Amino acid sequence: MPNNKKMYDKGKVVAGLCIFVVLITFPFWFNLGKAAPAPEPKLSDKAKAAKECVMPKATMKTEHMQILNEWRDTVVRDAKRIYTNPSGKKFNMSLSNTCLDCHVEKAEFCDKCHNYASVTPYCWECHIDPKEAK
Amino acid sequence: MVIDTRKLQSEEDLEPMIEVCDKIHNIPKFENKNHEIKWLWAEEFKHEFPMQEPDFLNDRLKHMSFLTLCNHCEKAPCVRVCPTKATFKREDGIVLMDFHRCIGCRFCMAACPYGSRSFNFRDPRPFIKETNPDFPTRTKGVVEKCNFCAERLAVGKMPACVEASNGALTFGDLDDSESEVRKVLRSNYTIRRKPALGTGPSVFYIV
Repeated sequence: MPNNKKMYDKGKVVAGLCIFVVLITFPFWFNLGKAAPAPEPKLSDKAKAAKECVMPKATMKTEHMQILNEWRDTVVRDAKRIYTNPSGKKFNMSLSNTCLDCHVEKAEFCDKCHNYASVTPYCWECHIDPKEAK
Repeated sequence: MVIDTRKLQSEEDLEPMIEVCDKIHNIPKFENKNHEIKWLWAEEFKHEFPMQEPDFLNDRLKHMSFLTLCNHCEKAPCVRVCPTKATFKREDGIVLMDFHRCIGCRFCMAACPYGSRSFNFRDPRPFIKETNPDFPTRTKGVVEKCNFCAERLAVGKMPACVEASNGALTFGDLDDSESEVRKVLRSNYTIRRKPALGTGPSVFYIV
């Protein structure tokens, strides 16, 4: 019986495997230690002056998308356009006219993090950045 | 809504209303007729009231332009066929669209017997002359139609066309027997578009 544990073309196969592993892991070790720093969204002067957003900063950071979804449903479906936050302050539920009224710089505020996190919310396909419209 | 066509004789009379509607709702103007977006537009008698055309229609009506818009039907077929409930009937009777939910299947366009719905075959943004930042545009792949100026009603204003009509248009609550529309309906003979279909259109025409 022939010894079928013998590996044919051992040198070529192992060399090929080594090159393959190196190539496939290339992006990982090439970018090692070069992680882009988390962006710090820049607050506009108006937002700074307002001190508090609709909700506390931490909540806004993690839940602004849920809040916006809730807003759009209440505005479109229930025709209720005024939002009252826990501290009793009233807001007109509008992305273009309330959110962007304070956060004037969409590029510096929204896009910075969204680009970093590689999310592309489709809000802006319809909703207008008042600054761009001008 | 009641449209007094006696006060709107020519296409020029309709122009200011159509213009203001197009402007505040960011309605694009396409060269290609197939891509046209219509919220408020003009139509002649034979297209406006088919099957209701008498044999010897008087000349005034025959050559007149009628203001045409979504009828906000009582039993709206578009609401019934919408698979995602993007089109829905509000409690106050307005047939409204949630563009976020529209998947662009166009069942509603097939269902609407009035041609009140338009599809965005292209991105409308480059074709909007002046963008109104207070109202969103639409995106490619959604259907749209007249919303009876829901955004204006919310802040206590009349629809833009009513405001621009110099009293030719009356808008109000059809269920309230004391409302202005009901008073106008009580004292005038009105017709509706394709009433035999049973959709119950809410736009009445004094002819």
